[in-house]
Amino acid sequence: MSAGKGIPRALIIGVGIAGMQASLDVANAGFEVVLVERKPSIGGHMLQLSETFPTLDCAQCILTPRTVEVGQHPRIRLYTYSEVIGVEGEVGHFRVRIRRKPAYVNWSTCTGCGLCQEKCPAKVPSEFEEQVGVRKAIYTLSPQAVPNKPVIDRESCIYFLRAKCGACQKLCPTGAIDFEQQETIVEEEVGAIVVATGFGLYPLPEIGEYGAGQLPDVLSGIQFERLLSASGPTAGQVRRPSDGKEPKEVVFVQCVRSRDPEHGMPYCSRICCMYTAKHAMLYKHRVHDGQAYIFYIDIRSAGKNYEEFVQRAMEEDDVLYIRGKVSKVFQQDGKIIVWGSDTLAGKPVEIAADMVVLASAIVPDPGARPLAEVLGIELDENGFFREANDNLRPMETPRPGIFLAGAAQAAKDIPDTVSQASGAAAKVLTLFQPWRSEETH
Amino acid sequence: MEIAYFPGCTLSTKAKGLDRSARASLQALGLELREIPDWNCCGAAFPLTNDDLRLSGAVRNLVRTAEMGQEELLALCSTCYNVTKRANRVMREDAARRDRINYFIEAEYDGHVRVVHLLDLLRDRFGFEALRERVTRPLEGLKLGAYYGCFLLRPAKEIALDDPETPHVFEDFLAALGAEPVVYPHRGECCGSYLAVGAPDVALEASYRILNAARLAGADALVTSCPLCHYNLDRPQREMVARYGGFRPLPVFYITQVLGVALGLDSSEFGFERHYVDPRPLLARVAQTVTAQ
Repeated sequence: MSAGKGIPRALIIGVGIAGMQASLDVANAGFEVVLVERKPSIGGHMLQLSETFPTLDCAQCILTPRTVEVGQHPRIRLYTYSEVIGVEGEVGHFRVRIRRKPAYVNWSTCTGCGLCQEKCPAKVPSEFEEQVGVRKAIYTLSPQAVPNKPVIDRESCIYFLRAKCGACQKLCPTGAIDFEQQETIVEEEVGAIVVATGFGLYPLPEIGEYGAGQLPDVLSGIQFERLLSASGPTAGQVRRPSDGKEPKEVVFVQCVRSRDPEHGMPYCSRICCMYTAKHAMLYKHRVHDGQAYIFYIDIRSAGKNYEEFVQRAMEEDDVLYIRGKVSKVFQQDGKIIVWGSDTLAGKPVEIAADMVVLASAIVPDPGARPLAEVLGIELDENGFFREANDNLRPMETPRPGIFLAGAAQAAKDIPDTVSQASGAAAKVLTLFQPWRSEETH
Repeated sequence: MEIAYFPGCTLSTKAKGLDRSARASLQALGLELREIPDWNCCGAAFPLTNDDLRLSGAVRNLVRTAEMGQEELLALCSTCYNVTKRANRVMREDAARRDRINYFIEAEYDGHVRVVHLLDLLRDRFGFEALRERVTRPLEGLKLGAYYGCFLLRPAKEIALDDPETPHVFEDFLAALGAEPVVYPHRGECCGSYLAVGAPDVALEASYRILNAARLAGADALVTSCPLCHYNLDRPQREMVARYGGFRPLPVFYITQVLGVALGLDSSEFGFERHYVDPRPLLARVAQTVTAQ
C-alpha cells in the first residue's frame, strides 16, 4: 500500500438492522467488511418483532433475506458470538482485536441439523423469547439463525454443571461438540469503524410500582411482541404467561420510565407510541371480543403514515386511549388492577385487567460503556454514543474514522435506523474511495 | 447502648400504647431510651408548608439532642420521623436556610445528628438476626400485614429507609419476630390522613380499601408505627361494618406492641384496651393454636 492510503476495509460492530444495512452498503460497493456480533447470530431486535409499523409487514419475512445476504456475502467476514476488545491506531489503519467466545461447538464441522437442540434435556428461559419462552442449554437464537450454528451456555449445561449428560456430544452426527473449546483472539486491520450496537430496555424488575418482575402477566413491550410473533412461544396467540388463558382486557402503558427524569430517563423513547398502537391493534386482530386500553401522555406519531396508523387503531380497532399516567398495578382477586388517571376527564381510573403491557424506556445497550472505552469515544449524558455534532454530523463521532448508526446513537425507529446506517456507510465509502486499489474494481 | 428519644405529642396522649411498648421493648433489647428534655411538637406539617418557621420546631428538638451529646435521635411516629429527618437534612445541606433557622432559634446546629426510626435502628444497628435470637415468644401462625403508609418511605431520596415501591424492611422485621408477613398491594397507600377531619368519608374509604386489601391477601392484622394511621384504620372500623357489606374487622397493632409481645414482655401496659378492634383475642387464639400443635 502506498503512503497516504488507508486500508479500505470496514469494521462494523453490532449486527442488527443498522449493522446489516451499513455492511451491505459497504460490501456491495466493493469493499470488505468485518462484522462483529456479540450474540450467537445476527438480526438484532428486529428479528424479535412480530410485525412492523405502520405497514404491519412480517418483520422476519422482510428481514431474513437480509440476514441471509449478510451471512453469504463474499466480502463480509462475520464474527458472531464475538466482542471487540481492543482497537489501536487511527483512521485508515485501525488494528482491531476480537475475542471469539467458545461456542463449545466446532462450527466448521457442524451442519446445523438441530439434533443437539432437540435432545438437550436442560431447559432455561430464552433471551430471544425475552423469558416468555424457553430454550435449551445448547441453542440457536431462533430457527432462522444466521449462522445456523448452536452455542452451549455453560451456566445451564448439565455437562458443565455436573460433569454428566453429554447427550449432544453422543448424538452429534459430525462430532462437532467440543467441551474443551477455548476462546480465541483474532486480529483484523481496518480503515474505518461503524458502531451499530443498538439499544437495551429499562429493566422490568426496577419498575416496582407496576408489579413488573413480580406479576407474570405484566409484560414488557418486547415480551408482548414475542407473544404476537408467529414464531414465538405461543405461535402468535396472545396467552397469559401465568395460566395460558386468553386475556380479555389488556392495558398498555406508554412512557414507562421515558420522559421521567425523576425515576427513569428524561428523553422520549420515540418508538413506543407507534408500537403500542400496533400492539393494541394486533391484539384486537387476534382477540376480537377483547378490549385494549392505552394510557398515554401525548401521542407522538411523527413519521410517514404514522398518525394515520394511530387513528386506525382508535377508529377501526376500537382501542380506548386514556390520556394520563398509571400510578400503580397490582394483583387482587385474580385480576390485575390498574390505577391511573384520566387527565382529560379529570378523574381517577381503575381497570381490572387480565394483562398489562409496559412500554418501557429504550436505554443504551449495557455494552456501550465498555465499548466506548475500547474505541476511545464518548457517551452522552444518557449513555448513548455521542455524535460529533447533533445537527450536521449525527453519524460521526469526534474521532476520525469512527461512525455511528442506529439506536446506539439515540432511540429511533427502523426507517430512521436504516437511513442513518446508509448514511454512515456513505461516510465510510467517501473515506475509502481514494484508497481503492486497482484490483478491487 | 443508649439513644436519644423523641416521643412526640401523640405518643404522650392518644398513642400511649406505642410509647410504653417501645420503652419496654427497647429496654429489653438493652437499648436505653433517653428522652430529650423540654421537647416540642415536630411541626407535623412539613409536607404541607415547608417554611423556615415550621422547621424551627423540629430543629429545636435536634438541638436538644446535640446538647445531650447524642449522635442519634429515635422518632417512632412516622410523621415525627419524616418531619424531623427532613428538617435535619435541610440543616445539613442548605446553608442559607440553616443560617436563617439558626439565627431565628438562636442556635448553631449543623445537621450532624442522625434521625432514625425503629425499623432502621433495629435493621442497621441492632440487626434483625440478633433480634430474632432475642425473641422468646415467636409470633408463629400470625399473618401480619406491614402498613407503611406515606411518611415512612417518602420522599424516597430524603427518607431513604427503603424502596417506596417495593419495600421489605417492615416485612423483614415481622419475620424476625416469627410472624408471617403478608404482602398486600395497599401497604404504601395513604390512610386518608387529616382528611379524617375535613372529609371523613374520603378517609374512611381510603382506610377501608387498605384493610380490605390486607384481608383479601390473608392478613390477620395490620401493623403500623403511625398514630394518625392507627386512628384512621382502627376506630372507623365500626362505621365500615355498617357501610361496607361483608367487612370483617381487623386488629391494627403498633409496631412496638408486636415487638414487645414477641420478646415475651408483660403487655398489660401496651394499651390494647384502647384499641377499637381489640387484638388480644387474636393473640390468644394464635398462642393456643401454636401450643396445641
